[in-house]
Amino acid sequence: MKAYKYIGQSVVKVDGKEKVSGAALYTDDLEFGPDLLYAEVVEGPHAHAIINSIDTSEALKVPEVLAVVTGKDFPFNFGLYMKDRFIFAQDRVRFYGEQIAAVVARTPQAAKKGAQLVKVNYTPLPKILNPLDSIKEGAELLHPELKNYEHVPWFFPKADTNIAHHRKIRKGDADKGFEQADYILEDTYEVPRYSHCAIEFHAAVAKYDHSGRLTVWASSQSPHTQRNLFAQALAPLGIRHNDVRVIAPHVGGGFGSKAGVTMEIIAAAIATKVQGHPVKVMWNREREFYNTYQRLGVVAKLKIGVKKDGKITALKHDLFWDAGAYVEYAANVVNAVGLSAIGPYNVENASIDSYCIYTNLPPGGPYRGFGYSEFLFGLESHMNRIAAHLGIDPIEIRRRNIIKEGDLTAYGAHMNPNGLLQAIDKVAEEIKWNEKLKSNDPDIALGKGFSLFWKAPAMPPNASSSCFLKFNEDASINLLVSGMDLGQGFLTVMAQIAAEILSVPTSKIRTENPDTDRNPYEWQTVASHITWGCGNAVRKAAIDARDQILALVSRTKYLPVDTLYLEDEKVKCTTHSKFELPLKDFIINGIQMEDGTFKGGPVIGRGVFMPEYSSTNANPETSQGGHPNVHYTVGAAAAILEIDIQTGKMKVQKVVEAVDAGKALNPSLVKGQIVGGILQGISTALYEEMKFDHRGKLLNPNFTDYKIPTALDIPGEIVPIIVEVPQPDGPFGARGVGEHTMIPIAPMIANAIDNALGIRIKTMPITAEKVCLEILKKG
Amino acid sequence: MKKISFKLNGETRFLHVEPNETLLDVLRDRMGVKSPKCGCDNGDCGACTVMLDGKTVRSCLIFAIEVDNHEISTLENISKNGLSPLQKIFLEKNVFQCGYCAPGMILSATELITNNPHPSEHEIKEAIAGNLCRCTGYTPVIEAILELTKKD
Repeated sequence: MKAYKYIGQSVVKVDGKEKVSGAALYTDDLEFGPDLLYAEVVEGPHAHAIINSIDTSEALKVPEVLAVVTGKDFPFNFGLYMKDRFIFAQDRVRFYGEQIAAVVARTPQAAKKGAQLVKVNYTPLPKILNPLDSIKEGAELLHPELKNYEHVPWFFPKADTNIAHHRKIRKGDADKGFEQADYILEDTYEVPRYSHCAIEFHAAVAKYDHSGRLTVWASSQSPHTQRNLFAQALAPLGIRHNDVRVIAPHVGGGFGSKAGVTMEIIAAAIATKVQGHPVKVMWNREREFYNTYQRLGVVAKLKIGVKKDGKITALKHDLFWDAGAYVEYAANVVNAVGLSAIGPYNVENASIDSYCIYTNLPPGGPYRGFGYSEFLFGLESHMNRIAAHLGIDPIEIRRRNIIKEGDLTAYGAHMNPNGLLQAIDKVAEEIKWNEKLKSNDPDIALGKGFSLFWKAPAMPPNASSSCFLKFNEDASINLLVSGMDLGQGFLTVMAQIAAEILSVPTSKIRTENPDTDRNPYEWQTVASHITWGCGNAVRKAAIDARDQILALVSRTKYLPVDTLYLEDEKVKCTTHSKFELPLKDFIINGIQMEDGTFKGGPVIGRGVFMPEYSSTNANPETSQGGHPNVHYTVGAAAAILEIDIQTGKMKVQKVVEAVDAGKALNPSLVKGQIVGGILQGISTALYEEMKFDHRGKLLNPNFTDYKIPTALDIPGEIVPIIVEVPQPDGPFGARGVGEHTMIPIAPMIANAIDNALGIRIKTMPITAEKVCLEILKKG
Repeated sequence: MKKISFKLNGETRFLHVEPNETLLDVLRDRMGVKSPKCGCDNGDCGACTVMLDGKTVRSCLIFAIEVDNHEISTLENISKNGLSPLQKIFLEKNVFQCGYCAPGMILSATELITNNPHPSEHEIKEAIAGNLCRCTGYTPVIEAILELTKKD
């Protein structure tokens, strides 16, 4: 294999110095001058109610209040995959805390005071706080207009119900498969809602200037998608795409919460009503919890049939998703899970029904893992229970069933090359799977848990990435891409790709978070697709630039192009060992010929990537026929868990996780994703839980009552393992790993508890209280 | 409004403050010092950590009026002389991801190693336990501090 100089190296992050020095600026750190206005949102105190009237007259009397806007000012639907959402509530509110109006003032204090004086008259409606209630006969309809909403062609809303989408898989013959089974296990697993808990709040500042230019600065995972949605929603005001400019500073954590469009559109819309002034909308910690996206809750009914040897004969997975009040993004979580809820197994007979169900809780949406953590909790718990019943080792039963390259996925496409078996072997070895644990303390029980994971990017089939690569006089490079560095190190890895192809060190490549005016199109930084997708665009742009360079040198130096190559920022020749031409000598100003003329000119590379083989065209009754997912990333994880049998308190002694990165372009960054993802997974498994009251009001929207781990709560030891089975269409073989690392953690812990105590917890989170009560019940 | 003066990153500054203005808001919005961040406004997350007379405090829980005649320093004060050995090892090891917790985390860690040049792993965890981070899982932060401070 060719030795790489930059690829596969743990290069220091290109934005590292900014971040450790305190120089990095996030949206709220930017200054907008003395004309900046502040908006305060008015929220509805009902989970479901008709808005009869809104009286803004008192608010407008507050000194320094400039405007009050309400739903009537913006009667537009918007949404990423389904236009079921509104900038401000229209005739009704559908979750507790939904935005109804905003007061714009010179100071935050005046805006707050005004917001308290907006009077809204409501008629409460029956509210639905549970997805199973929402699909009962005669349930109150949350979106009577559902049938009229525009949506992507792969969604199937059920008119006059609360089911916004139903993804159905029918592969083989599940009934027959169950008939052939020697053993069938059927059970229900429940996963509640979770919050992303990025430490930075959502923030957006927008200015609609007197020339009709709308500029939005936002903490965002999706600058181009935001531009697209702002332009679509505000088109009735005469705003076009090229009038909208989104500038994305550093982002203080995303995890899905800053994908798509949520509160940013409030700033964009308000700006059009206070033309000429920049206006800022800041969320606070409470709103981070109840008015951005939340991870969806799910009730999953799972039935698996197996032969005596553990081979799966049939799988039936029915998933009832609590998708919340608006599902413009959540419905695609439901869709993604529908396509993949067989897990990383080769299942001939499968039936999956994944239902996207409206409830009067805050909008569900993307969260690291995109539904896979949720369904794998049940599936990977189920696999252990079946193994126990059959007397087969839990890892062995997985080996007998795992999906291999070329096997058919649930929707009938071929599985990509993958290192799942290697991941299993490496994890089993590192955790010493076959060695029995022995506790020296009678109050401490020890258990080992194991789980597999897989996940595909969930994207439209035409989601694309692009790159401009500009050389400068000294052969340094500006690499323009529109993916977002959320901390995962995306920009660094893009620089490494360009560096490898062009022989320019990463220290000479400047690549920054985007401005949609300057940087070319990117769909979104979600789905763990950006290293793969945008990496391909960068690779193509670098090859484009390299080809221009070599062609220029070939025609001016009369050397065959196939003898030329790049090394150490120079063009060299395989047949003339003394020939070398530094890039800086000609990369902008060209090469001078004997007659004094110049050939060439500034070298600019261009790269575009779209997965042209992807398609969502399929039979809606079976999902067979298309190729909706580009590939899967797979892996395995195991842990040793200690449990205090007096209190139920748990501590993870050791976690091992192996992920098949295809090619780890920067191993230290891949390991960073593994270590960070494991703790986020442990946190959702053991600690975090959203508590809603009977009104649908979130009771713990703060870090005092919704606990995330501190440095004292980390596992005793973490062993990250990188497996590399190249992705054929990935840049240097790479595929994404960002979300995957947290996915196996909850079932891994549930399986460890069962291993330690013979207790099976089927609802998340697995709190000490729950475990303790089960211990008491067991006696 | 009350006129106060305090030393900010080595420079004596004067300004008028309302009694209910937090130190965090004054630093960020009125003095242009942006490294202290707001992550909860409730004392839970530690992103707003600054040094008050050499000790770390949460600037969202302190009123600006309270620092009259005191000394405040932020991450900018450390960075103005180039990166400290702690910042350098955090950089080299790719410790931070989104970086939002970094200013607070670095100040807490700086305070620790100033007072305790060779801390144990548990002492490190205790010292940074008030700084929430959602990205890193803390392990890289702890390992970097341990590596920097281990006895030769």
